Amino acid sequence: MSIDTSRVADSNTTNAATPKKPAKAGAVANWADERLGLGTMMKKNLRKVFPDHWSFMLGEIALWSFVVLLLTGVFLTLFFDPSMAEIDYQGSYDPLRGVEMSRSMASTLDISFDVRGGLLMRQMHHWAAMIFIASMMIHMMRVYFTGAFRKPRELNWVIGCLLLLLGTLEGFTGYSLPDDLLSGTGVRAADGFLKATPVVGSYMSFFLFGGEFPGDSIIPRLYTIHILLIPGLLLGLIAAHMLLLVYHKHTQWPGPGRTEENVVGFPMLPVYAAKAGGFFFIVFGATALMGGLLTINPVWKFGPYDPTKVTAGSQPDWYMGWPDGLLRIIPGWETTLFGEPISWNIMLPILIIPPLMLTILILLPFIEAWITGDKREHHLLERPRNAPTRTAVMVSLMTFYGLAWAAGGNDIIAIKLDLSINQITYFLRGAVFIGPAIAFYITRRWCISLQRHDEGKLLHGYETGIIMRSAEGGYSERHLPISEAQAYTLTARDREVPWTPTATTDENGVAAPGGRLDGIRSKLSTLMYADNVQKPTAAELEEAHHHAEHEHALTAALDGHSADGHQFDGHHAVEGENLRPDDH
Amino acid sequence: MRFLNRSAGRLSRHRRAPLAGLVVLLLGLLLTGGLYSAFSPGAQADETSTTAEDIQSGKELFINGCSFCHGQNGEGVLTENGTQYGPALTDVGAASVDFQVGTGRMPLAQPGQQAVRKPAIYTDEEIRQLAAYVDSLGTGPAIPTEADYTLPETNEDGSAFDREAAISRGGQIFLTNCTACHNFSGSGGAMPRGGFAPSILDVDSKYIYEALLTGPQSMPTFSNGNLTPDEKRDVIAYIRTLEEQPTYGGFGLGALGPVAEGLFAWVVGIGGLLGFAIWIAAHTTRTTKSKPGAIVEQGELT
Repeated sequence: MSIDTSRVADSNTTNAATPKKPAKAGAVANWADERLGLGTMMKKNLRKVFPDHWSFMLGEIALWSFVVLLLTGVFLTLFFDPSMAEIDYQGSYDPLRGVEMSRSMASTLDISFDVRGGLLMRQMHHWAAMIFIASMMIHMMRVYFTGAFRKPRELNWVIGCLLLLLGTLEGFTGYSLPDDLLSGTGVRAADGFLKATPVVGSYMSFFLFGGEFPGDSIIPRLYTIHILLIPGLLLGLIAAHMLLLVYHKHTQWPGPGRTEENVVGFPMLPVYAAKAGGFFFIVFGATALMGGLLTINPVWKFGPYDPTKVTAGSQPDWYMGWPDGLLRIIPGWETTLFGEPISWNIMLPILIIPPLMLTILILLPFIEAWITGDKREHHLLERPRNAPTRTAVMVSLMTFYGLAWAAGGNDIIAIKLDLSINQITYFLRGAVFIGPAIAFYITRRWCISLQRHDEGKLLHGYETGIIMRSAEGGYSERHLPISEAQAYTLTARDREVPWTPTATTDENGVAAPGGRLDGIRSKLSTLMYADNVQKPTAAELEEAHHHAEHEHALTAALDGHSADGHQFDGHHAVEGENLRPDDH
Repeated sequence: MRFLNRSAGRLSRHRRAPLAGLVVLLLGLLLTGGLYSAFSPGAQADETSTTAEDIQSGKELFINGCSFCHGQNGEGVLTENGTQYGPALTDVGAASVDFQVGTGRMPLAQPGQQAVRKPAIYTDEEIRQLAAYVDSLGTGPAIPTEADYTLPETNEDGSAFDREAAISRGGQIFLTNCTACHNFSGSGGAMPRGGFAPSILDVDSKYIYEALLTGPQSMPTFSNGNLTPDEKRDVIAYIRTLEEQPTYGGFGLGALGPVAEGLFAWVVGIGGLLGFAIWIAAHTTRTTKSKPGAIVEQGELT
């Protein structure tokens, strides 16, 4: 940075040398720039380019709903009292007046009935939490399906997975705070899960609850975790997630002019600042509408938690629904080891499968990179169909998730669809294994069929809907070549070759190290790529176009004949043409 | 003339008054109605007291409509396997009949998992006669009176009755004894093997009281030793409060708990916001559809 010597004091007099007075806005900007060095940073980032696609805005829903959570959450902390001290409720809600309850429950009722706007804030906070986690999940699916997790973005994928985990824990600690019947039932279940851990279970439970359940420390502890620990972690990870997003630049769909080395889209100012900023207000508005119009967690109906009470329809919030579903469908397996019972029926669905699923999720990019051996950077996205096995893996995981999730609502499904809860359970016990396998197969074949369709479009053109009758009386549909831009987009992908181990033995006949692992990798690579439809070679395209030109020559005589309206197929100049010549 | 007819004309001079016809009509109705009730034996009987004729008519109705499953004398019918086809009604009492027939559960349209509530087939009078007959077969709870299931205005000593305390007491009893099956707001829940605990909203207080007394189908019986009559009354008052109170938070989503909430979060919340995302991404800041403002950020990735 060169120093502008005209601005440096050149004497010891009382008046500093100053430049000419700039305009007011400029003066403020200059003041800030001189002290913070914003100019250089802004110059680059205000022109930062974002590509336009709806699926790139899913993460934004998560970000903005997190902002709504911070805003409404701060409001709630002003009135919430996270204490388990028992008091006699004397607030505005008549049917609970005189009932003994904890201060946290009483203050939740006060927020709902005696604080102006409190119920709206509570409901907005809860709806925003549900949307926060849901949008993180759909954002994650988008990133996976389009291959945006590939190098260099693997670490951002890991951060995203951790955000999903933390968001879930944040939700659980949040909905446990009111200490109403539903949340107390949930905390009781969590206590059971801890106690199901072999050897250390009861110690962990006593440590968390400060003694036997429920004690009087769990709500204050959850409160600290909910408003300090996890939000701090979330904020830090969100910041890291977005810094990496800026550093890596946004991915984009392939197309003419779009390469691995550029980003095509709109600059931050003025376009994306308006789009993203506007989206914040839309998310805020949607949450406010839901908070104002749709009841969520009517704690006054549940009443205070009391271990002797329970209600039908006791479910966790949606994002905890799938472990709850696994818990509901697992048979009552228990074994005894050294005289101590091991509760597989709780350990499997809660302590083993969810962490396992999270591990699989985190490892997905690394597993794929290992199988493909691809070490290149990828900034152009892949269409889901062009990675059939990858797409099928995620759909398979989603199917497992969805079936487990449905099991979590088995009682509501039973009463609303007139089914037997037992039959639903039996069905889902099998379906959680068979369903993902079927989903994998169907998705993979479906993707490959779509690839064939793309190949057909490239080689034979698109279907015009014009049926041609030949001189012999045979009918055929006329195909026309797709535009060059479309053809470019369809062919902007790699030609994939299944990976094969180079040599299992060296020249001396000694087996190469890692030979067995190479065999697995080769098999997986074959599964991943061998059935895919590769893009046509230049020679094939040439051949197809030559063939098409020949066909067109045969039918060229019909061009320019406008008897039946086919000239309106969008590929002809239609000036002076009329659909019905009789009209005039 | 006027002097002579003074007393005679006093009534008759009102005979063309605007309301005269109405008054005469009302008097006539009162007279015939009163005479009818004085001489008609059916109407003379009190709601709760029954006569031998009631029992006789009830028996005829029973033989026609109920005996196929419950036996000629209400002794019940067993299947070949020894399971019950229709249970014995010898000690179920009048309350049970009033509940089952009054809510339309009996007669069953077809044997199945569970009798469902439907429009009653018998008239109130016939139900009363049926109940009288079944009651005569043995012991069992009687049909409760309105005083049993309504909160009183005053205590027995004449002091004002504390309705709020009764309702909040009823709420706690409700949450302890009823919500496990019927859900926190009485909208019902699932039971094993296709059974279900029905919604108890918009059910007559009398029927709720009878259900508590007699324990229909999978429901446990809450005898008076279990829940005192006052406690039953308070529970009913709490259920009425649940129905009458406004839905403070807006549309209640069927009061089914977090499953319905999750559905709305996904369908309305995420569904709506996805729509907005598509809308935002599809529009530039310009009014034309083409995107002349698109720029290319070159060579920054190297």
